[in-house]
Amino acid sequence: MKNQPLPRRLAALLLAAAGFLPAPLPASEGTVLAAAGRAPLAADLPVEVALLTEAPAVPPPITRRHPAKVVVRLEVREVVKRLADGVEYTFWTFGGNVPGSFIRVREGDFVEFHLDNHPTSKVPHNIDLHAVTGPGGGAASSFTAPGHSSQFSFTALNPGLFVYHCATAPVPMHIANGMYGLILVEPKDGFPKVDREYYVMQGEFYTAGRHGEPGLQSFDPAKAEDERAPYIVFNGAVGSLVGDRALQAKVGETVRLYFGVGGPNITSSFHVIGEIFDTVYLEGGVHAAQRHVQTTMVPSGGSTIVDFRIDVPGTYVLVDHSLSRAFNKGAIGMLKAAGPENPLIYSGKEVDEVYIGQASDAGVAASKREAELTIAKDKAIAANPEIANLTAEIRLERGKKVFLTSCFACHMANGEGLPGVFPPLAKSDFLAADKDRAIKAVLKGLSGPITVNGKPYNNLMPPQDLSDDQTADVLTYVMNSWGNAMGSVSAADVKRVRSDNK
Amino acid sequence: MKTGLPLLLLVLAAAPAPAESAPRPEAERAAVLVAVPAGTYAPLLRQRDEPAEVSVAPFLLEARPVTNAEFLAFVTAHPRWRRSRVGPLFADRGYLAHWAGELELGPGAPADAPVVRVSWFAARAFAAARGRRLPTTAEWERAAAAGFAGPDGAKEPGFQAALLAWLTRPTPAVLPAAGSGRPNHLGLRDLHGLVWEWVDDFGTAMTTGESRADTGLERNLFCGAGAAGARDLTDYPAFMRTGLRSSLRGSYTVPNLGFRCAQSLPASPPSAEP
Repeated sequence: MKNQPLPRRLAALLLAAAGFLPAPLPASEGTVLAAAGRAPLAADLPVEVALLTEAPAVPPPITRRHPAKVVVRLEVREVVKRLADGVEYTFWTFGGNVPGSFIRVREGDFVEFHLDNHPTSKVPHNIDLHAVTGPGGGAASSFTAPGHSSQFSFTALNPGLFVYHCATAPVPMHIANGMYGLILVEPKDGFPKVDREYYVMQGEFYTAGRHGEPGLQSFDPAKAEDERAPYIVFNGAVGSLVGDRALQAKVGETVRLYFGVGGPNITSSFHVIGEIFDTVYLEGGVHAAQRHVQTTMVPSGGSTIVDFRIDVPGTYVLVDHSLSRAFNKGAIGMLKAAGPENPLIYSGKEVDEVYIGQASDAGVAASKREAELTIAKDKAIAANPEIANLTAEIRLERGKKVFLTSCFACHMANGEGLPGVFPPLAKSDFLAADKDRAIKAVLKGLSGPITVNGKPYNNLMPPQDLSDDQTADVLTYVMNSWGNAMGSVSAADVKRVRSDNK
Repeated sequence: MKTGLPLLLLVLAAAPAPAESAPRPEAERAAVLVAVPAGTYAPLLRQRDEPAEVSVAPFLLEARPVTNAEFLAFVTAHPRWRRSRVGPLFADRGYLAHWAGELELGPGAPADAPVVRVSWFAARAFAAARGRRLPTTAEWERAAAAGFAGPDGAKEPGFQAALLAWLTRPTPAVLPAAGSGRPNHLGLRDLHGLVWEWVDDFGTAMTTGESRADTGLERNLFCGAGAAGARDLTDYPAFMRTGLRSSLRGSYTVPNLGFRCAQSLPASPPSAEP
């Protein structure tokens, strides 16, 4: 027994059986389908092993015109991977990635499903495929302890694009850790042919830390319960479909996206900026149910199929058009299309000129003159050293006010800090070394070990709720007090660092 | 060929496991028993006619999980529980598979790390050889509910969060030493944060019978069905412990599942044993 693992022996038997099978009879489709419907006769079907792909790739369309017995082997792995730059997460996956491997079968296929739970898994898992007709969608038959394997079979009765997911309690946590994917059951006659097919899934992550907080993040059940997700992303990570990883297409091609939402909670307002979906197979069904669609809603645990022809080159941005999710939480992907321009469809920018919104010509002239005089005044002030010095002094006084409200409690009014606890600002090499880092510390806070003037500190500075001007003023004050002469910080600097570190 | 052997071994192993020889004293010394006072346990899931709380009689529980060194001493003294001898009904193919050899721990199994990849049958035999037993679910949960500072961990800020942090990390390739964790209020270590632990009645986690179809509660806890009848829907760690237990069979061995032994208190006859 020990020398010959059981699964290998089973596999050998299975292969042997397949080898000795007679060639499938050239029977009519109806006859064979009926056989597929009855389990005892499933043995008569030709056997094939499903080709699984990682997102955004999709297995090739099925060309056979008869049902088969399709063997699917999916491995559950718990893996630590990148969620965003500097942020890691322990993903629970079907196949090692989020979303899970794409499965493609044909209506009427008899699917023999194997779920392997890797020995390093912490917890048991199972799978509920929405394509399965039967209790739990397979979950009841696939509950699998770490280091074990389960098998069940089903006939793919209904064509369409279906979500699959882990359904082990607490199920929101299993899904929030990345346990979802798509299974496409092609209709008997297939879908219309397209040039490119891609696989995209949206899901949210409930990290203990705020969006962007670095390090290995834990799952936060309270945030999940309240549906407050710091991350809402496509294909398991911020930026998984941008830059080198963007989807590719050429002008003149038709692109099909198999899009699903794993959730566990949040519905997507799926939209591609700059494109109109020529065809939407609503809710992942098989009918081209709607044409010329801007945004299609996809529920958690649901899917859609969208087709669109690329008419002009450029970058098309996939978003959840509930836009805070795209702008602040990561729900952005890109499709880059190469090819010749077509100015009749889209011209690009043709005119760029000043617009002044007054009604009369005299008013326009007055506004222009006022604008010129204002610029001249600012130039004159800037050129006068006395006014410049006064302006700088005002800034320092304003900065001092901020310092004495927000900073002095830890860093002390004399900027010396508290030895071993709060680092000094006066003559601080840490401060002098990196202006942007200093700005970021004020805006975002600072934690963990640092060395200041040769002495180690390990404490936590909370982020300060200050405007761009206040931040610039207080930093300029700090950098020019207690013997410091480290230059100044402008509101523009602060604005730039703030947007760099969203 | 040893085709006929497994059957024979199976029959041998099926016999009850009395102490075949005296356990090694050094292994015994390490297994300090801690008194767990009487208390209550509120099951996560229960049938409609079952009580919301069950009382747990005072008992003794080992302060930390059983180590590889202790289990090595056990299989040395009890050859029928060695890798090559144990029958497939009593331990699956993963049994002690991380040990370097039949009686050799090796780098994957430090002597002071908790023993894992042991079946429920093997864990019970070990406990019996020690004159002890496995704790019941109620006993284990009652002991593990204690926080670091007080009797109720659920009331301590961060206790649940620390639990979840462990639950969402993969199992390391080599486990740290048993007993190195912070002791809880009762003086017990590593009930959380190191490995899962077998309980004597793991099979009752959610099922009332062998067939899933005729049970009132879903053994598998899938999807929303898992939430029906639960005591506290926010106690994710409790769901995961219950889920883990209900995914097991007595012969299963799991790379992050160990055990510790318990002992009834002879001085409290009314409710020492159910």
